[in-house]
Amino acid sequence: MPIEKFIKIQSSAVPVQIENVDTDQIIPARFLKAVERKGFGDNLFRDWRYDKSNNPISGFPLNEIKYSGQILIGGKNFGSGSSREHAAWALYDYGFKIVVSSFFADIFKGNALNNGLLPVQVTSDELSEIFEAIDTDTQATFTVDLVQQTFTIDASGKVIGFEINPYKKECLLHGYDDIDYLLSLKKEIAIFESKE
Amino acid sequence: MSQSTTLFDKIWDGHTVKSIKNGPSVLYIDRHYIHEVTSPVAFLGLEKRGLSVANPQKTTATPDHNIPTQDQHLTIQDALSRNQVDRLMKNCKNHNIPLYGLNHKWQGIVHVIGPELGLTQPGMTIVCGDSHTSTHGAFGCVAFGIGTSEVEMVLGTQCIMQPKPKKMRIKIDGVLSKGVTAKDIALYIISQISTSGGTGHFIEYAGSAIEGLTMEGRMTLCNMSIESGARGGLIAPDQTTFEYLKNREFSPKDQKWEEAMAKWALLKTDEDASFDKEYLFYAQDIEPMITFGTNPGMGTGVTGHIPLAASLAEGERVTYEKSLQYMGFSDGDKLQGKSIDYVFVGSCTNGRIEDLREFAHFIKGKKKADNITAWIVPGSKQVEAQAQEEGLLEIIEAAGFELRQPGCSACLAMNDDKIPAGKYAVSTSNRNFEGRQGPGARTLLASPLVAAACAISGKITDPREYLN
Repeated sequence: MPIEKFIKIQSSAVPVQIENVDTDQIIPARFLKAVERKGFGDNLFRDWRYDKSNNPISGFPLNEIKYSGQILIGGKNFGSGSSREHAAWALYDYGFKIVVSSFFADIFKGNALNNGLLPVQVTSDELSEIFEAIDTDTQATFTVDLVQQTFTIDASGKVIGFEINPYKKECLLHGYDDIDYLLSLKKEIAIFESKE
Repeated sequence: MSQSTTLFDKIWDGHTVKSIKNGPSVLYIDRHYIHEVTSPVAFLGLEKRGLSVANPQKTTATPDHNIPTQDQHLTIQDALSRNQVDRLMKNCKNHNIPLYGLNHKWQGIVHVIGPELGLTQPGMTIVCGDSHTSTHGAFGCVAFGIGTSEVEMVLGTQCIMQPKPKKMRIKIDGVLSKGVTAKDIALYIISQISTSGGTGHFIEYAGSAIEGLTMEGRMTLCNMSIESGARGGLIAPDQTTFEYLKNREFSPKDQKWEEAMAKWALLKTDEDASFDKEYLFYAQDIEPMITFGTNPGMGTGVTGHIPLAASLAEGERVTYEKSLQYMGFSDGDKLQGKSIDYVFVGSCTNGRIEDLREFAHFIKGKKKADNITAWIVPGSKQVEAQAQEEGLLEIIEAAGFELRQPGCSACLAMNDDKIPAGKYAVSTSNRNFEGRQGPGARTLLASPLVAAACAISGKITDPREYLN
């Protein structure tokens, strides 16, 4: 189905300053039993967010009222491990539109893009600067402009450029998905198959 | 003159229907495996678009992630799991997709049954909504895990859109020491290059130690490619590959077999082809390995100590200490002799017949330690049957262990096979992430041999102590 268009977002951010956040942490396997795509946001970071009795664990950023927004800032190597697209669904369903890290795992990055969740890769120095900006002001805002491919720390005015595959950028800007495109290639695919 | 290319290039380029300028490749997929967890939303998507499955015979389905490993002849107790397995059956029926369901003689973990049925063949592109699809690279395939949106793409069009990864070669030269297996090679590589060292790359494994591995060993190694962050890993097919595939259920037969062998023999990297990154390791440097932290890169030789936090870059210490705290370990600890509670032998990494053989031969005539709960889970019905035929079952039972029924089981604990919070499990699976084997579970990844030694002694043990 077409994904939601992404053009420009200004928002505060939630910092999860942990490295190697794997998709088992983003959504544990026991919550993958649904046969429809709904409600995954409730179990986002389940075992970091809630204790055994389902009480919120204080100190985890998603439980802190002082943090909010559509941007998640994660540590290095975000989204490693399992290919479960449920991880991207859970983040999106919770309300995140952008994930920022200094390094993303490949499959997670692809899954995020296929769901209108924008992965923004910055350098490790820039990542530290972003964490510091939130440290200084927990409601600090950031502006993400997909057309310009920029991530701006609004308080300091620092503009950070980011890379995105031009094809994927077009898809996000217009809300296209890959299946629509592949379906338009029916003839080429049939020709390829006949040569096999 | 044609340019020298790698094996990966040959397969990838040979399956590229179209290259989008500055964009991904449209890649044709020869073989698609599906299971109950990552496929239902893809089928829903297809139905919403009013599409049918483009090539049902190029997809194969089996339930594995969610199923119990006891009493499989009974109705699945967990309603959500049952619903997912039922949905897979319904979807396969509606779309004419071959399904090896619960109690079928070919059912099993999707990455175990594909190769053992001969569905996985050299030169293929293979995908599945599971990151351990990299397993099939052992046969000289470009095989990698995908998300559910991509499962829908393959069902609907037999194609997928992917940016072409960079190429990495990892050579392991020399001869493995006694007690060192393919699993140790995998854990050693990841401990050296980290869990993100392979990101953006597709690995080709080469060198004399790799050539010396059996197909089961090669599958174990390629399976763990994703744990280094790589999209996948592959090994050029050779005589070992052909012997494994000969006379398998779906392998080509007679004249077609001869033709296939001739074609497969060409699948290798040209001598002067170049890679974006190359590593060389020596087999004799590799010990039986074990992990001590919460990602597969946090591993060391079983006789080693947990590295000091002070030896790491400052920025990495917080995550490192958090990880050790979860595990209940301190830096500097010696691993050998630490008491453990559970042993799990199984999964798409080490649930094949050779793994059960290694385990059974090691424990033969010995007894399981009293403090250990052990789950020995075959990767497939065929592995289970063969274990019985070879008498492994008797050895396993005589030593106080039980053989359960096939499935993914405690590798990801979606079924009832969960390690309780705070307990230590030596596991032959592939991930030691927090909570992977159950909320609060503490996982130590190792080979079937290390697992066997730990199961007998009840603590972390070097299997070589028993081998001499």
